[in-house]
Amino acid sequence: MNSKAKSTLILGGSVAVGFVSGFFGGGGGMLAVPLLQLSGLDAKRAHATALFVILPICVISAAIYISNGYFDAQAVLCACIGVVLGGIVGAALLNKLNPTAISLIFALLMIAIGIKLVIV
Amino acid sequence: MTAQQVIIIVSALGGIIGGMGMGGGTLLIPLLTLAAGIDQHLAQSINLIAFIPMSVVAICIHKKNGYVTFGKSVHIVALAVIGAVGGSFLAKYSGGYVLRACYGAFLIALGVYQMVKAIITAVKNKKAKNAVILNKKRTV
Repeated sequence: MNSKAKSTLILGGSVAVGFVSGFFGGGGGMLAVPLLQLSGLDAKRAHATALFVILPICVISAAIYISNGYFDAQAVLCACIGVVLGGIVGAALLNKLNPTAISLIFALLMIAIGIKLVIV
Repeated sequence: MTAQQVIIIVSALGGIIGGMGMGGGTLLIPLLTLAAGIDQHLAQSINLIAFIPMSVVAICIHKKNGYVTFGKSVHIVALAVIGAVGGSFLAKYSGGYVLRACYGAFLIALGVYQMVKAIITAVKNKKAKNAVILNKKRTV
């Protein structure tokens, strides 16, 4: 890929990462990782830096959602407790499971839930 | 089981997937709508807010290990913020079903992408392994 096409793709991709995160309330990180790899970062750095890219987007999007009235303090608190506890378990499990198997299970789960969301 | 308990359990599932570095948020939203019966817009808002404390901690850890590259990501952040403002406002004007169906299509696309990526990685690893075995045989 020539450098002009690459930089156009990175610029367009950046707006898309933000748009997806704002419109869907998440999922931008999965687009930010390949975008950062295209910018020349290796996989590990791209994963870590994707968090840094997504954080300001989340703060701004969350502020807009809250100002539009989409907020429930109790539900948010419960979700935060669950996510943090689950996150610790997930990080601990990471090195104990086969990454390819997890990726495939996760992909199948996404496709199945996606189909359910579209047809119901 | 109370609604709060259901939310904690589905969020923990999302957290486990997220903790393994596979975008837990992408599954937390449908888990909240399908299992806990939360409205699509509110589920998205919850996911955005829940991501903030978790990512601050993760960024601090990665920064310490030197994995966060600020220089190459500043312009990406600036453009992404513009996209995020547009996306967030557009979400307000989209009906719950439209948003949900679009999200479903987005998940299917991500799932297919993830699957192809996993298969390619697995094939590459197998080839590398076979090459190592072949080299060993040659040296013996």
